[in-house]
This record gives sequence, structure tokens and C-alpha cells, in this order.
Amino acid sequence: MLAVQAETSLSTQPVTGYVHSIETFGAVDGPGTRFVAFLQGCRMRCEFCHNPDTWNTGVGTEVTPDELLAQAVKYKAFWGKKGGITVSGGESLLQIDFILELFKKAKAQGINTCLDTCGQPFSYKEPFFSKFKELMQYTDVSLVDIKHIDPYEHKRLTGWTNENILSMIQYMSDNGHHMWIRHVLVPERTDYDDYLAQLGAYIKTIKTVDKVEVLPYHTMGVSKYDELGFNYPLEGIEPPIAERVANAERLLDTSAYTGYKN
Amino acid sequence: MKQLEKTDVKNYWEGFNGGDWQEEINVRDFIQQNLHQYDGDESFLAGPTDATTALNDQVLDLKKQEREAGGVLDADTNVVATVTSHGPGYLNKDLETIVGLQTDKPLKRAFMPYGGIRMAEDALEAYGYKPDPEMHKIFTEYRKTHNQGVFDAYTPDMRRARHYKVVTGLPDAYARGRIIADFPRIAIYGIDRLMKEKAKDYDLIGDGEMTDNVIRLREQVNEQYAALKDIKKMAASYGYDISKPAENAQEAIQWIYFGYLAAVKTQNGAAMSVGRIDTTIDAFIQRDMDRGILTEAQAQEFIDHFVMKLRMVRFIRTTEYNSLFSGDPIWATLSMCGIGMDGRHHVTRTAFRFLKTLDNMGAAPEPNITLLWSNRLPEGFKRYATEVSIKSSTIQYENDELMRNQWGSDYYGIACCVSAQPIADGVQFFGARANLAKCLLYAINGGKDEVRDGQVGPAFAPITSEYIDYDEFMNKFDKQMEWLADVYVNSLNAIHYMHDKYYYEAAQFALKDTRLDYTFATGISGFSHAVDSIAAIKYGHVKAIRNEQGIAVDFVADNDYPRYGNNDDRADDIAKWLIKTFYGKMNKHHLYHDAKLSTSVLTITSNVVYGKNTGTTPNGRQAGEPFSPGANPAYGAEKNGALASLLSTAKIPYKYATDGISNTFGITPNTLGHDDEDRKDALVNMIDGYMENNGMHLNINVFNRETLIDAQKHPEEYPTLTVRVSGYCVYFADLTKEQQDDVISRTFFQTM
Repeated sequence: MLAVQAETSLSTQPVTGYVHSIETFGAVDGPGTRFVAFLQGCRMRCEFCHNPDTWNTGVGTEVTPDELLAQAVKYKAFWGKKGGITVSGGESLLQIDFILELFKKAKAQGINTCLDTCGQPFSYKEPFFSKFKELMQYTDVSLVDIKHIDPYEHKRLTGWTNENILSMIQYMSDNGHHMWIRHVLVPERTDYDDYLAQLGAYIKTIKTVDKVEVLPYHTMGVSKYDELGFNYPLEGIEPPIAERVANAERLLDTSAYTGYKN
Repeated sequence: MKQLEKTDVKNYWEGFNGGDWQEEINVRDFIQQNLHQYDGDESFLAGPTDATTALNDQVLDLKKQEREAGGVLDADTNVVATVTSHGPGYLNKDLETIVGLQTDKPLKRAFMPYGGIRMAEDALEAYGYKPDPEMHKIFTEYRKTHNQGVFDAYTPDMRRARHYKVVTGLPDAYARGRIIADFPRIAIYGIDRLMKEKAKDYDLIGDGEMTDNVIRLREQVNEQYAALKDIKKMAASYGYDISKPAENAQEAIQWIYFGYLAAVKTQNGAAMSVGRIDTTIDAFIQRDMDRGILTEAQAQEFIDHFVMKLRMVRFIRTTEYNSLFSGDPIWATLSMCGIGMDGRHHVTRTAFRFLKTLDNMGAAPEPNITLLWSNRLPEGFKRYATEVSIKSSTIQYENDELMRNQWGSDYYGIACCVSAQPIADGVQFFGARANLAKCLLYAINGGKDEVRDGQVGPAFAPITSEYIDYDEFMNKFDKQMEWLADVYVNSLNAIHYMHDKYYYEAAQFALKDTRLDYTFATGISGFSHAVDSIAAIKYGHVKAIRNEQGIAVDFVADNDYPRYGNNDDRADDIAKWLIKTFYGKMNKHHLYHDAKLSTSVLTITSNVVYGKNTGTTPNGRQAGEPFSPGANPAYGAEKNGALASLLSTAKIPYKYATDGISNTFGITPNTLGHDDEDRKDALVNMIDGYMENNGMHLNINVFNRETLIDAQKHPEEYPTLTVRVSGYCVYFADLTKEQQDDVISRTFFQTM
């Protein structure tokens, strides 16, 4: 049994990933200018999701870590001092084997790596946890979305509870892994002062937060729902007004987190 | 470096570091010895003075009146424009620190018949002015024009190529422009010294053997000498004696401006570049500041007033011309910064001051601010430049490393929209462009035009099979290109011969060396459509659909095929092949003045008109649809995002296209980042990355498509909204509806 397993892991067949799309000039997905690979597949069903076309797993373009890295490196000249590669999604951690290989190879070339995740696949169970622990060794910074601070509301908004997500953040905090925390501000869903204050207080307890961003909900994904024949869950909800965005930034005390400038 | 002590012009040059520039006319050496590099940020800059604001309001009001009057406020009908044809003109004499107008009144357009009397008359009539019959008589019966000369020489084949618009925009009825005079010479040396040097040169032309070249040059230098005298006379009418070097910064800017004014008083070239004046002006400003006689506010005021004058230069054009180059552009291209041969960057406080004019007086298309970019420029300047870009979309960026290496000089400027030219001793003959997309259709249709009936290219057998065979097509395309290269280059030979003869740019050549290197500029339009069409035929299994006359009027590709603009070598290699091949074919021919051939992939706004006159192409672009501008990929062809698109363009070899490879790039603010600091960083990274990959030129527009759509509906709310189009900058409101639609439909990269 063990021998068979070893055989498998030593196989020359490289682990492959399923990519939904590539952004060669990502200026809003981590430090500096970045090559962003959006991986295919996500289990969350966030009502405000603007990329429902990334939900399905096992579809998309199949690539090896080497192939993806070779593609990324072509754009190295555009990265400036801070940039590099970001793996986003979908939910990137659903393809943790692929990312681990990719980031190992990237770090070997001195490339800055950034993991964009919502944390939903996180678990202390094996084999996931060991892989995650190792992945963190090769990740320079993570972008972590907190969809909602309240467990009940989180489930209503995304279909899943946030307990394991918060434990992932705690783990990262305890082990010195740096992160940017991002929160999508959705009227009638997350844009309530109580919840924002609660989230703000929670973030204060995390030791490794370099930046906190409020991302105003937008409606640019609506057409995708039409194309996919899905009902749009937030029909009739408009993007938040500037005052509410400023209010959320104040309640989350975003200006206090400046580690990203270093 | 020796400090100047005793020279015969001691009073004027005191305070400058001396060098070779004292012994001979050598602006580059003056800059080398007197460069004041600046590595800081923009915090030292001064806002507009009250005088600046008052004058600028007056200019904006005049611009408004001009728009309301249908485009032209006033025009001469019976005074032939020369350096000295008009008395002094002012905006407000008491407030202006830099003076001089093209005519006697602001925005009044001069009558310039030397390019062609019919063009000059048509232009007047287009705006409701009545040409003077006396002028008509003079310029038809007594004095031949450039236009008449060219048409006397054109062959029937050339007329046909022009008529069917497979070559378009040729400077055969207006001035060719693109000659950058070394304007700082006037400030550093004064006119008398320049005249003395020209007289010396004159005596050294030829050994008495009167060959054509010797005769031509002796006549030209004589005209240059006379022009210098006229410039002095014109300046005197404004109360300035420019026979001697400038004594202070205000005079230096004024002297430079008088030189420029002489150029735009006499030539209505498509492009009338200002050249490279920033470091010279900076040296004069620095000297005055060291002497304690100039404040930052005053220095900024001089620059503001000078720039205001550049914004007021006007030519009267025909409707046809305007549809090619919309929005009254004159390409007063101002090139700044770059890196010197010795490795020092040429960013001075004055480069910042020029950028500051956009803040002090609002955005405007002229001067066409061009930054000679290197990733070695100081960070503070890079960030300020991108900040200005994000705010006003008025800057273009060109690759200094690439150009300096190609031209072997750090004292070059941008001659038009995009093309480099050594300022002291280089000249470029402007040559419009040939339509390669149409040429490709001629290959399919046996040289018959697809839009209007007629045999234009050579009558080889057309392709008649349902599906287009790649080898058969390439064979025929090769022959049509051979013909086009021939007719195009030889049309230009006739044009430049006649331009030298009948519309010689004496005032500009007077401010350059006597012995010059010439470049013969040509250009390509329809580039991306030609490349994608070839790729379609090669990889896409393309079927032609023909009309009753057997002309292919539509195409269907059965398979998907690679397209230029995706960093896909299969398509990008075709792009490289196309430019090298067409260049090679043109290079077989005799070129006027033994000039060196260069070509370009840039189109200004003419991509709309070229597209209008070209049938459906095999890449699916429909008949009449605009071409993509310059070297941009075809609209909708780009599937791999912003940088993949840029990297495709960057592959076009500059060595062949030294006339310029223009890329116009649109991006939404939110794509660049969530806040101003991030946006500046992202833009700096983008420009650095493009240039490191040998990208040549980048126009950057930062706004949302919605802004443009709103500006089209409510132009009165966006009087100064400027956009960059291939190689220049224009008020959006001054574009035709078609061109506005074209700009709106262009790719704006955005992420979600």
C-alpha cells in the first residue's frame, strides 16, 4: 500500500492545474503589477460573485506549473520592484497541489508570490493541512477575503460557514504569514455598521495584516449570469455610494494598516 | 569644464560653463556643460500667476468662439504669409511675458499658398472666406507652387494610386513639415553669429564645379541667410534685438519662440515640432536663479506663457485634410528628458515646469508633450509624469534607449508624432503612408480596386478559387507589394524634389547644420488588418465571396487563426515579415537626396479615412470600418489582455521602422489600481516594462469609456477633455463624430 503511494508521488506525470483565465497586467491583485492566474472552480456561491463562470471544477485550460510559470515570466519586465505572480480564482486552494508546485518553482527564481483565497477549503485535516503549511513557506503574501464576519450571515451569503476561514486567518497570524484582508461592501448584505465594527475589531486581533481593503460591490458581473442562464441574486441592489465606502473604511480602520508600503 | 572668463561675448555667456560650444555652433555641448539634473519631486513647482490665469481665460474664450464660428475665427485672404508679412500681434501686451503671433491677431489664420494655391483657396472656402482673385492670378500665372510642380511630374500610375487611395495623405499640396530646427541656437548665439557661420559654410560649398547638388545647396544656404535676417527683423517689430545671445531666461525663451514663430509663419507642415529645448531653457533659468534675479513663480510664468503661445498656433485646412488629421493638430511636439551618452539623465526642473503647464492652464493637445523614456529616469519624475497622464491623458512616451542607440545621438527630438530626428544635423522627409490592407485585396482581385471600379495595381490574374490558397496568395501579394513600393517611393521622390524647389523651409534649415543627414520616411497603414488577414489565409481556411464582377467582397474563415496582439509568434512573425519585406521592396529604389529609407507604423487619425476607403478584409474587418490606429492590433483581436497586446507590438523591429511604431493604449483608472499611488506605480511599471521589451512608443489614455460617451453627448461640459490618438493629442470635442466613435470603440483594458 505504502509502496504504491510512493510510486504515485514519484510519478513523472506533473501535477496540472485548471486555469479559467489570465490577466497579464494585474494592478489590483497584490503588491505592484502582477501576472494573475484565475484558477477554475469554487464551492462558495457568494451572492455578489462577479465571476460565476469560474465556479465549475475540472474544466478550463489544463496547464503544468512549468507552463504557467514560463508564460508569466514573459511579463517580468512589467513587474517593477514589488510585483510578481498571483494565483486567484475561483477558489485557488481547491488546487493546492498545483499552487504548491508553482510557488516552489517561482520562489526558486526569486519571483514574488501571492495567494488570493477565500479560505473556504481550509482545514486542519490531513493531507490538506500539511500541504497548506508548506504552501505558506513559499507564499510572500496572501489576499484573504472575509465575506462576512457573522457566521450565520456568512452562510446565508455564501452557502458556507466562516469558522474554518477564521481559523486559517488565525493560523496565519500565529505563524507570521502576512496577509491583506479584503471585504466586499454590499448594500443590504454586509454594509451594516454593527457588522463592520465587529469585523474591524476582529481584524485588530490579527497580527500579520499589512493592508485592509474595502471593495465596493459592482454590477459588472451581471451579464455573466445572463449568459450562464442563472438568476442574479442581488437583482436591484446598486453599488454602495462613496459615503458608505468611506464609512466602511473608517470602521475597518483601513488607514492603520500600512505594512504593504514596505 | 572651464568657467568662462574672457571671451568677446563675455557679457552674454557669463555664468555658464564653457566648452566647445563657444568655438562652434554646438547646442549639445552647451547642454553637456550646463546640465542641471534634478532628482526630486514636483513639490517645488509654482501655480499660475494672475497674469497667466487672465491670459489663459482669454485663450479659452477665443477657442470657444472659434468652435462656435465653425472652426475658424478669422483668416487672411490676401496677405501671403512670410516671416515678416505681419506686424506685431498680442493677446494682452501688458500681461504677456512671451510675445508673438503668427498673424496680427490671435487665432487668425494665415494665407499660405506656396504648398498649392488650390488647397489654400479650398481651405478658405471651406470656412466661408472668399479667396482673393489677385492671389489666384499670381500663384497660377506668375509663381508656381509645390503642388503644381509635383503634378507636372507625377506619372499616370502615381495619380491612379493616389486617386484610389492605396497611397494617401501625401504632402503634395501642403508643407511636408517634420523638420526640427535647432531653436536653442538663437538663445545661445544670437542671430548675427548664426549668420556669420552660414556665410562661412556658404564659402565652403563646392569647388567651383557646379553640379546639381552644389547649385542646390548654394541657393539654399543663401535663402537660409536671408531667413535669418528676416527673423531678426520680425523680432525687432516686437521690440527685441535678437542679433545677440539672450541675456536672461525670459529672453532665452523669447528668442527660441521667435525661431519657432518664423517656422509656423512660413510653413504649414502637418507637423511643426518644437524639438528639444527643455535643458537649454533650464540652464538659463538656473543662471538667473543663481544670480538671484528670478523666482520659481516667474520662471513658471515664462514657461506657461510660452506654452500658451504653442497652443495658439493654427493653420487653415481643407475639409479633406481635416478628415485625415482631425482637431487642428500642428504637432508642436516637445521632446524632453532622456539619458545622455555619458549616462546622465536629462531630467531638469524645467521638464517638470513644462508638465506643470497642464495643471496651471488645463489640459490641451498642444504642445504634443513627448517624454523620452528610460527606466533609468529618476523615480520622482516618472511618478509625476504618470500622475499627469492619469489626470489629463496628454503625454506620449517614447523609448529613449532604443532611439539613442539607433540614431547614435542623445540630441535628437521627435519630428512629428512619433519619429526621431537628430536635431543638429538630421532631417526627415515626411512621406505619409501606403495602404497594405488594400494592397492585399489587390493581390486577391488582380489589382482591381474593391471599392471603386478600376484597374489600379498590375493586372495579374485574380485568385478565382473558392478557398484562398496561401501559396498562390503570397505569390500575388508579393507582386502587388512590389508595384506599390515602386509607385509610392517614386511619388515621394517627385514630392521632395519639388518641395525643395518651390517650398523650401529656409527659416528652419537656417537653424540647422549646413551639411545634413537625410531620412526618407514612408509609412504603412492597415498594418494589423494585413497581418491578421495573412494569418487568416494561412491558418483559417478562408473562403472568398465574390460579387458579379468577380471582386472578393467578403470572407469567411472556417477555422480560428492566430491574431496579432496576443503575443502569439505565429501571428507576430507575420507582422515582422511584413514590415521587413515592404521595407526591402521600397529600399530597392532611388531615394531623393540619397536619403536613408525609414518606415513607420503610425496613422494619426487617418486610420478612419483609410478604413473608409478599403473593402472587407479577410480578417473579418468589414468594408469601410476604421483600421486600428498605428501598430495597434485590430479591435477585438486582443484576447490575452493588455500586456500581451503590448508585447506583440514590441516585436516589430525598430531598425526597419525608425520612423516610428505607434501604440495607443487605453485603460480605465480602476484597472490601474485602487488609489492614486498604486495607479502611478502601475503606470510606471507598464511603461518601464514596455520599453524594456523594446516597445517604441506608447500613447496612454486613462479614463472610462462612459466618460467619452458622455462627452460625445454633452461636449460643452468637456471643453478640455483631451485624448491621445496615434502619435498626438486632441480635444475630444474637435474630432468628427466618426472619429469619436472610433476612439470610443477602441479597446479599453479593464479588469473586474
